Amino acid sequence: MKKTLFKGTALPLLLLAPQLAVTCVFFLWPAGAAIWQSVLQEDPWGTRSEFVGLRNFAEVLVEPEWRGAALNTLVFSTSVAVLAMGTALFLAVQADKSIRGANLYKTLLIWPYAVAPAVAAVLWLFLFHPSIGLIGRALNQAGLDWDYKLNGGQAMTLVIIAAAWKQVSYNFIFFLAGLQSIPKSVLEAAAIDGARPVRRFWTIIFPLLSPTSFFLLVVNLVYAFFDTFGVIHALTGGGPGKATETLIYKVYVEGVQNVNLGSSAAQSVILMVIVIALTAVQFRFIERKVHY
Amino acid sequence: MATLDVAGVTKSFGTTQVLHGVDLTVADGEMIVIVGASGCGKSTLLRIVAGLETATTGRISIAGRDVTGLEPADRDIAMVFQNYALYPHMTVGQNMAYGLRIRGLPKPEIAQRVTEAATLLGIESLLDRRPRQLSGGQRQRVAMGRAIVREPKLFLFDEPLSNLDAKLRVQMRAEIRRLQRRLGVTSLFVTHDQTEAMTLGDRLVVMHAGHAAQVATPMEVWARPADTYVAGFIGSPAMNFLAGTLADAGQAVALAAGPVLRFADGPRPGPEGLPLTIGIRPEHIEAGASGLTLPLDLVEPLGSETVLHGRLPNGEALTVKLAGPAPAGPAIQVTLPAAALHVFDAASGKRLDR
Repeated sequence: MKKTLFKGTALPLLLLAPQLAVTCVFFLWPAGAAIWQSVLQEDPWGTRSEFVGLRNFAEVLVEPEWRGAALNTLVFSTSVAVLAMGTALFLAVQADKSIRGANLYKTLLIWPYAVAPAVAAVLWLFLFHPSIGLIGRALNQAGLDWDYKLNGGQAMTLVIIAAAWKQVSYNFIFFLAGLQSIPKSVLEAAAIDGARPVRRFWTIIFPLLSPTSFFLLVVNLVYAFFDTFGVIHALTGGGPGKATETLIYKVYVEGVQNVNLGSSAAQSVILMVIVIALTAVQFRFIERKVHY
Repeated sequence: MATLDVAGVTKSFGTTQVLHGVDLTVADGEMIVIVGASGCGKSTLLRIVAGLETATTGRISIAGRDVTGLEPADRDIAMVFQNYALYPHMTVGQNMAYGLRIRGLPKPEIAQRVTEAATLLGIESLLDRRPRQLSGGQRQRVAMGRAIVREPKLFLFDEPLSNLDAKLRVQMRAEIRRLQRRLGVTSLFVTHDQTEAMTLGDRLVVMHAGHAAQVATPMEVWARPADTYVAGFIGSPAMNFLAGTLADAGQAVALAAGPVLRFADGPRPGPEGLPLTIGIRPEHIEAGASGLTLPLDLVEPLGSETVLHGRLPNGEALTVKLAGPAPAGPAIQVTLPAAALHVFDAASGKRLDR
């Protein structure tokens, strides 16, 4: 590594300033405001506010609706992570084989990442809408009684698929890079040692991918926690009932629809703590888990 | 323990043919070294024997069983790779046990075999380490150990010493030889290094442009090279080549450089005036008070011997290796002993014998 030595502090500070400004304006300031808001109780018109300490948190944590949303989030984020990573790994393994048109195949697989969440949701809506959707109608004709606007389980399944689909591309790129970094001779050695393709995958490839997988697991969980608002909002709006209301969606419902700013802020602070914890776990384990 | 038969193996990648029909028979327990410059097809041949590449035509048999269409797993072979190819996420012990576990051997037997192999190679203290914690030489030993525990019919070595430093390479070379002798496993060893080839092989296969140019013992390859390529490839410094024509009813060669030399071992067939290439090794040229004048343009003192480079009056380059220190003066007188001449047909490059 090349080190640059500066005389004085003015120039380094100036060079850091844009990054620091972005961090302050878009992270520290709103985060601070949220923390401050979370210990206040405010009337919906914003005319009076009162310091209430941790009461907002206490109320949120015992609220059955919040617990329901927490459970939804757990189901939703786990399913999204498993589905998105499993699909991506399968596709990456196929793409890693030297096949005709591999480059085209890879490019097409990366495209969904460029689609905005709301647009992706609309796309899935047109596919799965019970009366106008291509697949939705087919499901109904097959006698499956498909209507995600009435059936909570079906709604959850749909938002999981839509959210996972968006993340497959990202995971695919990382898995493919991980696969390509495994020396070919190691796999050849395993083949000579008598391991068949399936065995090679589970005893050599999969363990060697584990640092990548772990990194992606955390990224996918964070994605499912925070970046799926658009998908849920456009597809189900948290319904039917509250069947697809996740924690991040509830923050929106509480703050924007119910104008209960103190509670909404408290919920977003809880989410903030969760993501900090996830990131900390990632840094701790990635250092220990990577074994070569 | 087994024999290996390679029959008429060719290989093409697209329109490029890299192997043009290679035949080779390896006896039980024999160590064959495939040597050649890069791109001669030697690694491809080894990979075809391993089953990692498919031959375009031809057959491979191990211990009399045709394995041409079989997967590497079904050929009962072991291979040591140039970059060792150890499994990075497994300990040394697990690396060595991997192939045995796949075969479903009972645990005590696996442990016993791994310990035996590790002791043989002097790596029993490393069994719990991971490959990244090992030095190059230790990794090399682990790769050997992984091959040995399997007790395969055939060992394949793909330039296993080329990533080691010079001193370690000499040491591992001797170790591999001793081990192979002791275990008596039929082996195929690929290298580009002629010293490795000469010291390791019971027989050599000198590959050139996808052909086996010569298959013979190291001494025979050195003493009676089959063509000018083999003659120039084996031996250091490389053999000198001088142009000449057949003269005196096949009894002698008239060198372009001037002298007519009578063959020591009898006449060569062919018409008078047939263009010949005469090979002579630098160490066989004698310096003295008379003979051809060789003006020197480079003198390389190597301690116990000296390598002299010069050009004959007709422009042909000549390298001479002399015992002892360099002679004084800008030129020396050299004679070419008739018994040390190698005679090749200039057109085909093939050796011409009596």
